[in-house]
Amino acid sequence: MSERASIPKPEDEDESDDEQQPVTTGAQSVIRALENAGAEYVFGVQGGAIMPVYDALYDSDINHVTMAHEQGASHAADAFGIVSGEPGVCFATSGPGATNLVTGIADANMDSDPMIALTGQVPTEFVGNDAFQETDTVGVTQPITKESYFASDSDTVGDDVSEAFALADEGRQGPTLVDLPKDVTKGETDKEPKKPKTPETYTVQTEADEEMVDAAAEAIESADKPVILAGGGVIKADATEELFRFATKYEIPVITTMPGLGAFPEDHELSLEMAGMHGTGYANMAVTNTDLLVGVGTRFDDRLTGGVDSFAPDAELVHVDIDPAEISKNIYADYPLVGDAGRVLDQLYDAMTAAPDADEWREQCQTWKDEYPLDYQMPEDEPLKPQHIVETFDEVTDDDAIVTTGVGQHQMWACQYWTFREPRTWVSSHGLGTMGYGVPSAIGAKLAAPDQEVVSFDGDGSFLMTVQELSVAVRENLDITFVVLNNEAIGMVRQWQDGFYEGRRMASEYPWIPEFDKLAEAFGAAGFRLEDYDEVEETIQAAREYDGPAVIDALIDPAENVYPMVPSGGDNGLFALSEDQL
Amino acid sequence: MRPEGRRNTQGIRIDPEAEATHEPRQAVLSALVKHKPGVLAEVSGLFSRRQFNIESLTVGPTTDDEMARMTILIEEPTPGVEQAKKQLQKLVPVISVTELEPEAIRRELAMIKVDGEKPDDINAVADMYGGQAVDACDETVTVEVTGSKQKVDAAIEAFSQFGIREIVRTGTAALERGAKDTQ
Ligand SMILES: Cc1ncc(C[n+]2csc(CCOP(=O)(O)OP(=O)(O)O)c2C)c(N)n1
Repeated sequence: MSERASIPKPEDEDESDDEQQPVTTGAQSVIRALENAGAEYVFGVQGGAIMPVYDALYDSDINHVTMAHEQGASHAADAFGIVSGEPGVCFATSGPGATNLVTGIADANMDSDPMIALTGQVPTEFVGNDAFQETDTVGVTQPITKESYFASDSDTVGDDVSEAFALADEGRQGPTLVDLPKDVTKGETDKEPKKPKTPETYTVQTEADEEMVDAAAEAIESADKPVILAGGGVIKADATEELFRFATKYEIPVITTMPGLGAFPEDHELSLEMAGMHGTGYANMAVTNTDLLVGVGTRFDDRLTGGVDSFAPDAELVHVDIDPAEISKNIYADYPLVGDAGRVLDQLYDAMTAAPDADEWREQCQTWKDEYPLDYQMPEDEPLKPQHIVETFDEVTDDDAIVTTGVGQHQMWACQYWTFREPRTWVSSHGLGTMGYGVPSAIGAKLAAPDQEVVSFDGDGSFLMTVQELSVAVRENLDITFVVLNNEAIGMVRQWQDGFYEGRRMASEYPWIPEFDKLAEAFGAAGFRLEDYDEVEETIQAAREYDGPAVIDALIDPAENVYPMVPSGGDNGLFALSEDQL
Repeated sequence: MRPEGRRNTQGIRIDPEAEATHEPRQAVLSALVKHKPGVLAEVSGLFSRRQFNIESLTVGPTTDDEMARMTILIEEPTPGVEQAKKQLQKLVPVISVTELEPEAIRRELAMIKVDGEKPDDINAVADMYGGQAVDACDETVTVEVTGSKQKVDAAIEAFSQFGIREIVRTGTAALERGAKDTQ
């Protein structure tokens, strides 16, 4: 478990049970279940069907953060889960409250982020009648959760919440939901909820088959061009130390996926940084030419693999994952190792008898680093380059500063030009690619790690999608720096139009957008405007020094594009370094 | 430096010497599930959203009140069958999943409503397929046939001479042969 998690575990609590009042309603049992599980924060919005639950929260020590929109609540809870390692909690009322959570739930599901959503529902007797604010929340969310529960009884509703909490946390993490009809939460009960425990049908294999481990170890030892691909699962499993030990002992170069940023220090000589669509040239050369790929906690998403036919085509694959269904789902695993990432890396570490003979390969990787460095130009007569802002910010912050983002070009520049050294410092929307993730996720991240600096890089389009959550950051006095890399366009779309649609810029340029510094001030945050190179560091420092949320509206070069790029479905080994190479 | 290999659409490296291609095959999956509301929707939703090619799905109670058994017939290449089994197993209300042996006993029931002009001929054909007439009126006769999918297909073909008005089929239920347990 993460050390940053400030959530006390139930067994650490020395508060004796007799301080707690016995539960009298289903709603109190729901809150008790959250308390027992160690929940410290709830993100949510009130409403009719969830009112009994909020009423029970009135007497609890759990902190409630009222968000401006339920989507914000779900992203804040998601980010809280990413940073703390424990399920983040969000509440919403029935109908529109629940449907507003859906984007955040789908996002958590794609990224295996631990989260539990509790939704109000119309009273049981009205369910199925199209009652006011009735939505089939379980039906809507079942495909995007580990499990969605419909609470049917005041005596067991607390057990449902306990189970959902445990399920969100254990094995491959992910979101769960409990739908709470109002009569069930209002109903009387004296039943204390059971301790958090996953259902007996849910089994998790933590240790990989020994014979397969030996076979995999032998394959790694005899490889000429081995490479490790570290995914988000390494971070979720708190296995970064085990990864470091394994990679450095056997001197195997390490690539990360995008969710894997922070799994291995990017300034280490074995690091090749991120592979995939906007990965580094050297990572993509290595992943294409390797003869043995050790994938750990990665699901081989198409933005990583590019076209499957040309993905690591000469490589045998050792695939370590806690979810057996990920093995051979997208890329066939020659050595399937189902288990906890840290545990299996230790098994491999012990099973290896020698390092692979890979001096030449490591040299080759170094050559690629020299050949294809991440690079950009900064002509003085052109507007600010976003990459420079990201790099400058990185230089002035500590290694444990947390970065959150929206989705688009700015997100890719943050991936590329920020040097990630520690786990749980990169908070982004990977699998779902949700614009609007940046502001609410920064709120969740800050509350999970109040002692760490939080910076959110956003695009003007993404920022506009959830800007209302600034009101929450101001109210809670959260010290967050928001940097809007403002190109007056939904830039990633504009880049694709220029590259793949003959420059026909349909609906991608904003003829008028708000002045974000003034907008910030209207919310009660500090606002800064950044237009010139000689103000970059000064403005960043001023925003950082401001005690509370600060927004930098950075007017960047609207023409700037993200490179390298592997076009969708393309060959990672044939990345483009500029538009004319597409 | 350019690699020489390639992978097929299933992500499997293509070995030039023994090029492994996987043709779709029929597989019968048997799943024990918790007998509770919503399970059928969860399972059928899984198969549709992951684009598994499903031919039939039947569900019914077992000796244990708390459990139901689903029999699912799918047509997928082997990697798809494996993936379907693992995804199914991941659903929380699913207790166990097995793929039945090819020789497992498979049965389905069909009811066939035909024009009733030649009742004797209809009875004769029903006899041939071990079926029986279960309802008759002036206009129509309804026959029930049980057997393997192939047998039911053949019976329907044979009854078509009388003019079929309606058909209902249950889809395949299956159990392992001999003393072997299915789950
Ligand atoms: C909710 C949502 N809607 C649409 C998209 C499609 N989309 C992907 S990137 C992008 C542009 C994002 O623009 P902006 O936030 O300004 O960032 P930039 O690319 O300019 O850095 C769009 C519209 C998305 N990812 N998410």
